Amino acid sequence: MDFNDNAEEAAYREAARAWLAKAGAVHRKEFGEPKPNTPEHKAAAKAWQAEKAKAGYACITWPKVIGGGGGTPIQQVIFNQEEGKAGISYGYFTIGLGMCVPTVMAFADDTTKGRFVGPAVQGEEIWCQLFSEPAGGSDVAATRTRAVRDGDDWVINGQKVWTTGAQHSDYGILLVRTDVDAPKHKGMTMFWIDMRDPAVEVRPIHQASGGSEFNEVYFTDLRVKDSQRLGAPGDGWKVALVTLMNERLAVGGSAGPNYGEILELARETPGALADSAFRERLADWYVAAEGLKLTRFRTMTALSKGQTPGPESSIGKIISANQLQELTNAAVEMEDQFGIIADPDVAPMRAAFQQSLLWAPGLRIAGGTDEILKNIIAERVLGLPGDVRVDKDVAFKDMPTGR
Amino acid sequence: MDFDFSDDQKFLKGEARKFLEARCAIPAVRAVLDDPDKAFDAALWRGVAEQGWLGAAIPEEFGGLGLGHVELCAIAEELGRALAPIPFASTVYLLAEAVMLAGTDAQKQSILPKIAAGELIGCLATSEGPGAISAAAIQATVSGGKLSGVKIPVTDGDVADVALVLAKEGGKATLYLVELGEGVGRISLKSLDPTRSIAKLTFQDAPAERLGGAGEGMELLQAVLDRAAALLAFEQLGGSDKCLEMAKAYATERYAFGRVIGGYQAIKHKLADMYVKNEVARSNAYYAAWALNTSAPELPIAASAARIAASDAYWFASKENIQTHGGMGFTWEVDCHLHYRRSKQLALVAGAPKAWKERLVGQLERKNAA
Repeated sequence: MDFNDNAEEAAYREAARAWLAKAGAVHRKEFGEPKPNTPEHKAAAKAWQAEKAKAGYACITWPKVIGGGGGTPIQQVIFNQEEGKAGISYGYFTIGLGMCVPTVMAFADDTTKGRFVGPAVQGEEIWCQLFSEPAGGSDVAATRTRAVRDGDDWVINGQKVWTTGAQHSDYGILLVRTDVDAPKHKGMTMFWIDMRDPAVEVRPIHQASGGSEFNEVYFTDLRVKDSQRLGAPGDGWKVALVTLMNERLAVGGSAGPNYGEILELARETPGALADSAFRERLADWYVAAEGLKLTRFRTMTALSKGQTPGPESSIGKIISANQLQELTNAAVEMEDQFGIIADPDVAPMRAAFQQSLLWAPGLRIAGGTDEILKNIIAERVLGLPGDVRVDKDVAFKDMPTGR
Repeated sequence: MDFDFSDDQKFLKGEARKFLEARCAIPAVRAVLDDPDKAFDAALWRGVAEQGWLGAAIPEEFGGLGLGHVELCAIAEELGRALAPIPFASTVYLLAEAVMLAGTDAQKQSILPKIAAGELIGCLATSEGPGAISAAAIQATVSGGKLSGVKIPVTDGDVADVALVLAKEGGKATLYLVELGEGVGRISLKSLDPTRSIAKLTFQDAPAERLGGAGEGMELLQAVLDRAAALLAFEQLGGSDKCLEMAKAYATERYAFGRVIGGYQAIKHKLADMYVKNEVARSNAYYAAWALNTSAPELPIAASAARIAASDAYWFASKENIQTHGGMGFTWEVDCHLHYRRSKQLALVAGAPKAWKERLVGQLERKNAA
């Protein structure tokens, strides 16, 4: 029972730390700290990814022959931790390298793999994942975006939604309906597509939080080659499951204010720390946040021993998203009328609590709703039966759709 | 990173489970539950002594096995899971830990070997009435080495040989070791959890021997409770894991409206919530085990967090286990209520969660200000 690296891990961490210090300084000197969502930010991210790839720190667990680091999962976790501590963090490549490119590697032909894997690892090209639709969020297999065969091509029409990073992306993997006579899980097919094609239109979503991190993506007679197909026609669901299984290791910090920040706020707010109800809740938040952090250590332990992490990693977002919502609510209530102020120049901590309060509902939905995550725990961890699926054996075209 | 039980510790834990499945199955627990004259399972107590568990963390020079506290945590988890009806916590987590922490060599020699051999049962006598323990409220007094006062309730007070007593001498709160013989009256009381007995102890000029410094009673008591909290958290964790297993087993057997109830989201999500709480409790308990074993300065925070998380997890799992069982769960014959009772007994025995939350936040304030 300890928190220490073994000798090999310690050496790896030391080397990573040294490299980050040196390369990070050079990187900062050249690019400074550009504002997110600007061309300068994206250029800096691409340059940093290229540096990592050269040093073997991009896709650490992938084989060296395809540009990876030839390392182990625990090394990837160690590097992520040190990169986080070094304060250099770009999110552009997370989905592509974590989910899309592994899917390409699993299902594409050698030519396609040869074309795409290297540029993705080196940060030259960015990928997005096009699964969710207006009528299929939790129920991804309800996909309606339609692909119709036309000679050697497929013609695609429809709409995806909640696509992270579509505006930055060069390529995407797209789940579409190719057979409406088959039951819903059996009539889908996966393709890779060129996001720069004029038949693809990316529209930012104006989110309830006020920001626009996510997008809608429209396809109007988008023509793709049959060679862009990933997996057999009708096997799209199987391919999608591989994509979803490749979600990156859930070892990282969660964003937003936590118990430390609200304790700071309480110190500056008259009377707050004397409120025993607040003190009790603070203790609960500490216990949950630390419990989550310590659970990640258990995951790391499994990785360190070369084991597959247990299901304990599945509890992360349920806790962190709900806690963010409750904690920010308590914070703005602590501020009383002042809590209404969302102006970063006036509100405490540059309105971090107000911003996260508005962001929290999205966090409880994105990447699996609370309810879907609980279903996953119940079914895959505890082994309870799946839900009743009344649409399982019905041809897709005959499925009730509601609104 | 090795944040887990080692292979040896897992083996010990596995052996402990096998032993308890054989020697502490539900009929043995119920024998104590149903017999008001049976305060604990004496045969199990002897067996546990033979296994060496009572002295697992006691150094070899004092008759123990000299293993670490992580090994004791592994055993505690299994005792909690099995609802072991024995005065283990009182004797091992409280009395033995207190003596190891603050005892003189003579005190260690006179008490620890007897504990390890199963010849001495301990108990903690601090409470005198409703509400959390405070130095100001303590009425029991020591004068000229003689203790007078009333302690209620004292878990295992009806069967213990030696009590760890909080009393005042010259107005200063101090801890004492008191043999429960001369000058001590005991009355058994009905317990929320009859598998763990309680008594009212009345002291009248009972010989008392100081443990630790005069006036250091509250600090020392808290240090002992921190150690006990880490160990109790593992008992609680063992119990809450068992509740989840029971709920899961029932939910996959019981049919309603044409299918097993475990197929309905109301039940699935309830069990998922149990799982989440149990994992948070486990991670916090592991951290406390590490802090306890290494006597880390983080122990007060780690033990508080472990106790809060484990108390919450066991309460939730035990009450929702009954709910999952429906009407069956509310019968005496079905075992759900044994955990429901034990979850509260364990949550209260070393101070209720509210006080631990206050302790945790106090620590955070100091840490944060530093």
